[in-house]
Amino acid sequence: MNSLKVWLSRFGLVIALVVIGATMAVVHPAFLTWPNLLNVVRQISINGILAVGVTYVLLTGGVDLSLGSLVALTGVVAASFAHPGEYPVFVPVLLGVLAGTACGAVNGLVVTKGRVAPFIVTLGMMTVARGLALVISGGRPVSNLSEEFKWIGNGPVPILILVAVAIVSWVFLANLKLGRHIYAVGGNENAARASGINVERVKLFAYTVCGSLAGLAGVVLASRITTGQPNAGAGYELDAIAAVVIGGTSLSGGVGGVGGTILGALLMGVINNGLDLLNVSPYYQAIVKGIIIVGAVWLDRRKEKS
Amino acid sequence: MLQVRNLSKSFPGVRALDNVSLDVAAGSVHALMGENGAGKSTLMRIVSGLDTADTGEVRCSGRIAMIHQELMPFRDLTVAENIFMGQEPTRRFGWLDKPAMHREAQRLLEHLGMTLSPARPMRELSVAQMQTVEIAKALARRAELLIMDEPTSAISEHEVEALFKIIRDLKQCGVAIIYISHKMDEIFRTADTVTVLRDGRHVATQPAAELDEAKLIALMVGRELSHAAGTAATTMVVAASVPDAVLEVRALTKPGKFHNINFALRRGEILGVAGLMGAGRTDLAHAIFGLAPAASGEILINGQPVRIRRPADALARGIALVSEDRKEFGLVPMMSLKHNITLASLRGWLIDHRAENRVADEQIRALSIKSHDRNQSVNTLSGGNQQKVVIAKSLLTAPAILILDEPTRGIDIGAKAEIHAIIGRLARDGKAVLLISSELPELLALSDRLLVMREGILTAELDPRRATQEEILQHAMPVSGE
Repeated sequence: MNSLKVWLSRFGLVIALVVIGATMAVVHPAFLTWPNLLNVVRQISINGILAVGVTYVLLTGGVDLSLGSLVALTGVVAASFAHPGEYPVFVPVLLGVLAGTACGAVNGLVVTKGRVAPFIVTLGMMTVARGLALVISGGRPVSNLSEEFKWIGNGPVPILILVAVAIVSWVFLANLKLGRHIYAVGGNENAARASGINVERVKLFAYTVCGSLAGLAGVVLASRITTGQPNAGAGYELDAIAAVVIGGTSLSGGVGGVGGTILGALLMGVINNGLDLLNVSPYYQAIVKGIIIVGAVWLDRRKEKS
Repeated sequence: MLQVRNLSKSFPGVRALDNVSLDVAAGSVHALMGENGAGKSTLMRIVSGLDTADTGEVRCSGRIAMIHQELMPFRDLTVAENIFMGQEPTRRFGWLDKPAMHREAQRLLEHLGMTLSPARPMRELSVAQMQTVEIAKALARRAELLIMDEPTSAISEHEVEALFKIIRDLKQCGVAIIYISHKMDEIFRTADTVTVLRDGRHVATQPAAELDEAKLIALMVGRELSHAAGTAATTMVVAASVPDAVLEVRALTKPGKFHNINFALRRGEILGVAGLMGAGRTDLAHAIFGLAPAASGEILINGQPVRIRRPADALARGIALVSEDRKEFGLVPMMSLKHNITLASLRGWLIDHRAENRVADEQIRALSIKSHDRNQSVNTLSGGNQQKVVIAKSLLTAPAILILDEPTRGIDIGAKAEIHAIIGRLARDGKAVLLISSELPELLALSDRLLVMREGILTAELDPRRATQEEILQHAMPVSGE
């Protein structure tokens, strides 16, 4: 009985994923086909990259609301340097990621040096980054992108990027001292400080990585939709946070990890795809998604209690 | 009044309570004793309804209130609002009846012998005052059974006297009290009956008058204990042969906390620091360790002045701190035992998991930390074992100087003796130990020299071989008219 409980709490998400997948496979023949499954993974790739990034921040007990706007800003920045025949393809990619890194670092600096609550800081960044995206693009989509640049968002490439990001982050959090320190800061900031950990540096690092990965996601999105859209990414931060939280990472920090985040993102993707296949209207899909987010965390709480 | 019958409770991997029964009569004080992890907390949680038992039953003819060891008042509300939290007197439409609230609060506080305005904000109160307010709250709820968990662990000697008077008065009003404490003298002064638990089982229930300290200890631990005394003499010899100071503090001052502190600490020496709550001892420790640096003054290590602005600086210079507040500054609660032990001493970029496991196991064995798995989360351990984890963590940083702030507070006698032995061993190994404690016998037995602090200043340096508890208290107590 007890071991069953432990097993359930550990693999609950996997079980949910399998059950929902099996149900879909029975209900709709198109679900369990390679093209569709690849489609699911491709659809979650951008949310997945963002979710892995924000996992770092949530683990320290912080939050980042600026992700959606960063996706727009970095997409516009990358697209501006991605016109055919101008620069080699690594230039727009690098500049997009760097723009995200810079914004993330600013978030981190204001949180640590300025001692302003992460919610407020990243809420401010959300507006600033959106404004910057509109200024740089003049409010118009940046189009006419090179074929090389468009390649990034196509076929299996986004999936491979997500896999790479997830593996690197997973190894990082489990095996590097800095990864351990991230958990310690989120678990008990005072005890972390008393253990000689530079709490400010750890937080700064988390926000910066989160910004970088938002930059990467922005580049992938711009490539995928073949334009730098200053209005793209609205609400992405919430989807990313939802995936992390469904994956079992605590909003108060210190508990969780990348494995759960990927499962959370997959679960959201499978449900989205399933509802699409069943021709459920997007209006209802939004309602279902909301219920799943709260339901998953509710189940998690019950599990913790027992 | 209270009847507990055949209570059992298991947690994963642990049988916390095994067929325990307990009777408490109205108007009596029933002491509950046992080592940490004996099941006292679990039993009290079930009795007060915070947890449910697997089997057995609890019958109580009146309301129950619990005064927790760590008080959790609403600091920004007033005394009266705290007393009536959740059962505020109201008029029509839920409108608060503030005059009635204040009147009644005043009456309750006076009944408890306290002159305190009900309108004062809670955060201005001392720990002892908050405790009295907590008792008033229980009375306002007409509680007939009061559970007190280590009520004297954070209050001064004369506040303890006041508390005992309140307990006597409550008894006369017919209130039953379950009193949990590790302090023997308190048990014999207040308790009518004593129940001892060990490893989740009921060991004995006897009238306090038929017991003495030796009998009680034997019941609690089920074995004879070697005393900590004696280690002091051996360390003394080592200290005398190595005269140079490892740590020296000159004119250290932090306004409002401590003023012009000077002392030197030698290799292999245990320097005790006595003083009442609020004498500035913890602030001094935090200043040396860099958690809250001093405003002025000098810290010298091996004769060299150093700047310590954060704990990382202190650790780099070989200073480690075991904080009095292990929940706040010691442990990361959801992390495993292993990760907590190694947290302050990870080197390089990569974690060598094999080495980490080995080091953690060594520490678990060396300090006999009772656990079934190095990967179990540290908050599943008992208080004494958690304290050992914090000590292990500090020791792994290989400090030359170890600051121990109340290292044995709130832990059971068995663990206490073990920690005393560890402290003695550390000094013999050449570490310099600054030992802050509120337990005078502990200080007298372990220290080579003894400093006394009072209201932020050093008032005496005593020789623990000759000093008496009375003498220490004379230097520690605020003198009226001074």
